[in-house]
This record gives sequence, structure tokens and C-alpha cells, in this order.
Amino acid sequence: MSLSELSRPKLAPHIVLKRDEARSRWVILAPERVLVPDETAAEIVAMTDGVATVAEIVDRLAEKYKAPRDEIAGDVIEMLQDLADQGYLA
Amino acid sequence: MNHVAAKLEIPLAAMGEMTHRCPLQCPYCSNPVNLAKASDELSTEEWKRVLDELAGLGVLQFHFSGGEPLARRDIVELVGHATKVGLYSNLITSAVLLDEVKMTALAEAGLNHVQISIQGAEAASADRIAGYKGGHEKKLAAAKLVRDSGIPLTVNAVMHRQNLDQLSDIVELAVAMDASRLEVAHVQYYGWALKNRAALIPTPEQLDAATRIVDTARIRLKGKLLIDYVIPDYYAETPKKCMGGWAQSFLILSPAGKVLPCHAAESLTGLSFDSVRDRSIADIWRDSPALNLYRGTSWMAEPCRSCEFREIDLGGCRCQAFALAGDAAATDPACGRSPLHREIFSLAVAEASEDRRTLVYRKYAGQS
Repeated sequence: MSLSELSRPKLAPHIVLKRDEARSRWVILAPERVLVPDETAAEIVAMTDGVATVAEIVDRLAEKYKAPRDEIAGDVIEMLQDLADQGYLA
Repeated sequence: MNHVAAKLEIPLAAMGEMTHRCPLQCPYCSNPVNLAKASDELSTEEWKRVLDELAGLGVLQFHFSGGEPLARRDIVELVGHATKVGLYSNLITSAVLLDEVKMTALAEAGLNHVQISIQGAEAASADRIAGYKGGHEKKLAAAKLVRDSGIPLTVNAVMHRQNLDQLSDIVELAVAMDASRLEVAHVQYYGWALKNRAALIPTPEQLDAATRIVDTARIRLKGKLLIDYVIPDYYAETPKKCMGGWAQSFLILSPAGKVLPCHAAESLTGLSFDSVRDRSIADIWRDSPALNLYRGTSWMAEPCRSCEFREIDLGGCRCQAFALAGDAAATDPACGRSPLHREIFSLAVAEASEDRRTLVYRKYAGQS
């Protein structure tokens, strides 16, 4: 899967984003893996619902963090592409 | 040099050996040579309490393993309980007992992932290794049931001298089974596998060829099939960080409820492991003398003690040190800095070249 701003990503079935209360952090649970996204990465993953496009996610983050859109777009696509390469996005 | 006891971590994952009963007889089984009797197994209610305690402690994933976990009649109920308490669940199975009714029930109970072991790429040799006729075909049918139910599949292929020449076909088989992950795991030689080392240890040439096949397949199948690869310790230069460290991030529960740092720990004579029947898992994890014995780095002798990699590999595997050096606190002979390293390397090469084929099967008979 190659992601672009037009993609509408979501987590693959059985990949779970969850608040890890015992350690005060977010985790992504996958077969034999526990990924620990930082707060921003967790926020991005939480926005991937299969409806929102990457472009829309980037717009929302650029608005919220008052940051340059291009920079955010690069970071978001890189992070999501990494998840996709591991088979964690549908 | 400052050797402080390791900070106590909350285990990330736990594995339950739900039973040691299993229809298969693989000669490298990770269960101990002294198998637990069926009558000693934790009850349904005891396993539920274990799952409650683990979730409460902050454990995130629970692996239902065995023996064959599907040999327990309450497995669906227990998977449902894991889901209820928020544990990410994994079923590690031979799959020969997995039929459509059971698969549907497991999926409805919220099972997150299934791992099926295969013993080879084709039926005749795979069934010979498993000591179970018709097993290979049943596994392929079961894999389809898993994928039809939408649950992701890992194929676990345990590799050794008698099946390494099938590795390319095994990779293709994992793709055909629609697995998202393949574990290519060379046998590690404890317990049953140690009894069978002469029949299973690969030649160095076989190992090199296998590593090349994995490297190539990883590139070709990127994004389609994730391949995890474990090489045999005897041919390593640095030891593996066994279990992520003794009682660091992972715990194993024996069928009778002993809390162990790894599958093989009960092979270390002189250690006594606590049972969930007597104390809470939180207490055991924190206070068990056996779990604290090899935690961190303070137990180390030379050459580990002053080694710059001691925090990286935490001294390797205690069970292997015990099995090969006769001392669980010795440097793992898998390490190039162990005085025994050259010796075990030569032993492996010699045994591999002798090419004995006879297997000692893991038998449950007479244990219950």
C-alpha cells in the first residue's frame, strides 16, 4: 500500500490503539508487537477512520498546531506509510 | 562499576501454557521434559483470576499456548474472559483440533490473532516431524478457517537440519495460507530439543543459505508478509537477549500455575517458582526469589560483569548456560566471549556432519 493525501487509511482489523493506563501512554497492539506512538502519532492514528483522507487529517493538524502544512503532510505520510509497510493499515 | 538491580518493569505480555496435553509429538517441543499432569492444571476459574490479575497489573497481551490450548474444553470461555478484561489475545496452536464451530466461537469471543505452527512445506515430512499423520493437511484447512473469520494469521515454522532445504517453499506456503507474519525460528536446544540436537542441528552452510533466503524474501514481500527470524544460538557470535531479559517484560504461566521467566526455567535445578495458587501475580513478580535471582546485571560474573554489552543482551540465556556450562550464572556459551563458545560451535558442526536422523518424540502418554 502506497499512501498519498488522497488515501483514506484506517487500522487493519485486530490492530488496536489503546490507552495503556498502567504506563500513562498510548500503545498500538498488534500480533507479537506493542508499538508506543508518541502523543501526536497516537492522535493521527486515532483520526484514521477510513473516512477522512490524509489531506483532511493534515489540514486539521495544521490548523490545530498552527504549523506549516507541507511539514505536517510529510510527517503524517511517513508515519502512516511505516504502519502500512508493517501491514497495520487497511 | 555500578551494578544496581534492574528497575522493576511491568510485564508487557504473558503466556499461558494452558495444558501440556498435545496430539503432536514434535521432538523440539518447548515444554519441559517433565510434563504437567492434566489433574494439576489450573481450573477455568483459576485461569480467569489469572487473566484478571494480569490485566490489573498492566499486562497488555496474553498468549494462549500449550501443549495444545485447544485441548482445553474451556478455551473459548477463557478467550472471552481475556477480551472482557482488555487483554489482546493470541492463540498459539498446532491447529489440528481447530474446526469451523470452534473457530467461529473463538472469533465471537474476540480472539485477536492466531499463530499456527507448521513442521514443513509438504505433508509427508511435516507429519513425520510432528509424529501425527494427516496433521499438515488439517493445519492448511484450519488456516483457511482463521483467515475466513478475518483474524490475522502468523505461521510459525521451526527450522532444523531435516527441513531447512524446504525454507523457500515454506515462505511460499505462508503466503498461500494468507499469513501476515512468518516466524522462521531455528530450534533452540533446551529440553526436548537438546535430546534431539544431533538429529536437528543445521550445518553452517544450511544456516547461511537460510539467512540469504530470509533476507531476499523480506525485501520481496515487504508490506505483505512480515518475517521474524531467529538463528540458532550455537552459530551466533553474540547471545540473544533471551525473553527480553530474565523476568523483565514477559512471564510464562505453567499449566499448574507456576510463574516462570521462560519456557525452560523449570529445567534449572535448585530454583523454586511460586504458584498463582499461593500468592498474587503482582507479589510473585516483585518478590519471587527465583525471578529476582537473574534480573538485571548484578548477578553477573566475568566476562559478563565488565562487558560493554551487558545491558544489551543481559548475559543471554540462563537455561542454556545451565545446560551447557552447568551453571545458570555463567556467560551464555552462545557468546563469543564465553570460554565454551568454540567448543559448542565445533560440537554443532560435528553433530551436523554426522547427520543422524532418528528422533526422540515428545510423548505425553503416561503423564496423565
